[in-house]
Amino acid sequence: MREPLIRFTDVNFIYAKAHGGEGLAALKDVNLDVFEGEFVAVLGHNGSGKSTLAKHVNALLTPTSGQVIVDGLDTVDQEKVWEIRQKVGMVFQNPDNQLVATTVEEDVAFGPENLGVPSLEIQSRVTSSLEAVGMLSYRLHSPHQLSGGQKQRVAIAGVISMLPKCIVLDEPTAMLDPNGRSEVMSTIHSLNREKGITVLHITHHMDEVIGADRVIVMDEGRIVLQGTPREVFSQVELLRSLHLDVPQVTDLAERLRKRGFEIPQGTLTVNEMVMLLCPSD
Amino acid sequence: MRMLRSVTIGQHIPGDSLIHRLDPRTKILSSIVLIVLLFVVKGFIGYGLVALGIALVVRASNIPLRFVLRGVRPLMVILVFTLTLHLFMTDGRIIFQIWFLKVTWEGLIRGLMMGTRLLLLIIGTSMLTLTTSPMQLTDGIETLLRPGKKIGIPAHELAMMMTIALRFIPTLLEETEKIMKAQMARGADFQSGGITQRAKSLIPLLVPLFVNAFRRADDLAIAMEARGYRGGEGRTKLRELKFQRSDMMALGFVLAFALVVGAFF
Amino acid sequence: MSIRLENVFFSYLEGTPTSQAALRNVSLEIEDGEFVGLIGPTGSGKSTLIQHFNGLLKPDSGKVFVDGVDLTLKDTQLRLIRQKVGMVFQYPEHQLFGETVLEDVGFGPRNGGLSEEEIVKRVREALAYVGLDYEVLKDQSPFELSGGQKRRVAIAGVLAMRPSVLVLDEPTAGLDPAGREEILAEIKQLHDEGGITVVLVTHSMEDVARFADRLIVMEQGTIALDGTSLEVFGQAGRLKDMGLGVPEITELMYELKAHGLDVDTEILTVAEAEAEIIRVMGWGCQK
Repeated sequence: MREPLIRFTDVNFIYAKAHGGEGLAALKDVNLDVFEGEFVAVLGHNGSGKSTLAKHVNALLTPTSGQVIVDGLDTVDQEKVWEIRQKVGMVFQNPDNQLVATTVEEDVAFGPENLGVPSLEIQSRVTSSLEAVGMLSYRLHSPHQLSGGQKQRVAIAGVISMLPKCIVLDEPTAMLDPNGRSEVMSTIHSLNREKGITVLHITHHMDEVIGADRVIVMDEGRIVLQGTPREVFSQVELLRSLHLDVPQVTDLAERLRKRGFEIPQGTLTVNEMVMLLCPSD
Repeated sequence: MRMLRSVTIGQHIPGDSLIHRLDPRTKILSSIVLIVLLFVVKGFIGYGLVALGIALVVRASNIPLRFVLRGVRPLMVILVFTLTLHLFMTDGRIIFQIWFLKVTWEGLIRGLMMGTRLLLLIIGTSMLTLTTSPMQLTDGIETLLRPGKKIGIPAHELAMMMTIALRFIPTLLEETEKIMKAQMARGADFQSGGITQRAKSLIPLLVPLFVNAFRRADDLAIAMEARGYRGGEGRTKLRELKFQRSDMMALGFVLAFALVVGAFF
Repeated sequence: MSIRLENVFFSYLEGTPTSQAALRNVSLEIEDGEFVGLIGPTGSGKSTLIQHFNGLLKPDSGKVFVDGVDLTLKDTQLRLIRQKVGMVFQYPEHQLFGETVLEDVGFGPRNGGLSEEEIVKRVREALAYVGLDYEVLKDQSPFELSGGQKRRVAIAGVLAMRPSVLVLDEPTAGLDPAGREEILAEIKQLHDEGGITVVLVTHSMEDVARFADRLIVMEQGTIALDGTSLEVFGQAGRLKDMGLGVPEITELMYELKAHGLDVDTEILTVAEAEAEIIRVMGWGCQK
């Protein structure tokens, strides 16, 4: 069996009192394997531990007990921290608070500059990264001239210019409007498909989970549900009890199924539903 | 607020002229030479020559004159003040006298000289900021200060601070406006009342502004760390500054000019 | 209390080369007791429009009346208007400043010159509206509360002025589904039981479909559509062209109809859809 890119083994994490009150446990016995090229979505309401999970992947946090291995490197190994951060890029929620430089191209160059990449190489990486997120024509713009979705795409470019194997996105769409959200979602899906970059996408928007290979649902620091989007969304009752939404179509499918309609569990999209109800078409 | 905006962002005029293409270090060093020269030169012939030199630079930069003069306007008050001060406060041969205010020949000449000196200083140094982007400017300052590291000058940190300040000033200005509006919608009044009243009314504005700035700083620090930032050590640059032949020539010319003008006038 | 705009024009940075028209000839009337959803793509003028409702912005030309009072006149007491038209901005928790919850929520009433006793009464009442307990929170620092609580305290700060109209700019932005539902339920309650006129600015078609009686759609500084939710979502094609959608469930009904199933497309909620599909297809029998 092939080695996972990221492996969490019995990970527990307790926030120190200074950070979150009474020694709050944010991760409890988390076991997780993420393989190269996968698109994994992590769902959960606020405070479910999903952000804490994300910060463990690139050693911004390290487990209180247990182990996180990234591409063969243990995240508690101080010597390897910078290597891990090169392999795992992170994009955060607030588009305004993660861009450092006064122009788009300088910002995308920030990561490779930190890695000590030679100038000429940085220039070509900046160009290809901006191209990959469709922001090349904005290279000389200043960040405050961009829309939220555009800022997040620049932030993504700033991460892929470090040539990571994996990108962790911590609620990158929470502060965006619908257009911004779809810009960001199509960008990360195309990076996953075309460049083979592993994606760990953290969100509470159900519709952003549908295209993932695998969905992980978290609650109170534990992984409570795991599977394909279809498998996860067939658990409508459980999701509700975890204060999570289900897409309207899935909700309807569930209701009709209970009324005796022959509709499979976890029906996700409008198209699927139309096919089911109008099979002659 | 508008003034802050114009000082910090409105200065740089992008272009591709000879002056724009020079290395920022050349321009910074030349500006320093200019400042020294203006304090050494004592006569109108000297000032005339310096003015001629600056005029040539302005011409070569292709920047419209009105942009150059725009930088002078906010400092006009100081200029007039300097002139008046010298005009009235210098002893010497009296031209005319109103009550106790004496206007002297010496005062007139001194005032004009000081005014000219100030004017040339402003125009000369504004050529630096007009033709150099803030990013290049920080890069230039960082590289120039780098030798000073041994005596404890934190060159990289200073440059990083400048960059982040420049990046976040527009964001913070927007935020200030937003908070002001929100508090005004709750009946706050930032305009009327006495000084204490007004100072008090600033609290609902300043507290959230600071709280948010700290929150941003926190977020930014984490984001920078996640992107592998660990200080200036071993860092490379998107564009290394390159001292080219044109820079050598420009700097050589400025130095020679300064020596000749400084020594003889 | 009604809000009426007549031929309002507004542009930012007027008289400069970078002047942009943000509102172009907008006329509308919001009646007492309505629940209005205001939607439109980013940059369509929604935020600019709502800031005209309480005089934070003044039109370049045109008139704004609140309760019959003309806001564009010089001697209008805007402070009084702002007590009546409460406005909750985006991420209102970022505007908290008080040392205590009491001080922060009481800011509006205090500016209105009310007595300390009356202020406490208002704060208590406002906190109750958003499901928070005055006794527990009054002396706490608002900065030490959880994210969701902070937002509620901020909203209470507007409610404490006892506005007759409440304008909310994306009050659920950034919240998780549970937090979103709670805030929306509280707003609904304020409208239904408190009799407050509500203007809700949002990007969520599902939310406005569930709550609003009337939808106003902005596009490039003008009102593109104005009508009941059913009327507006009936223009699915038009909404799509603007980069807006219709609720997923409404879209499904349109698709079913397009594929030959004779369903009614005037459907806004899952429960309605369920009933309609059962009506058309019969109980539990599939063709």
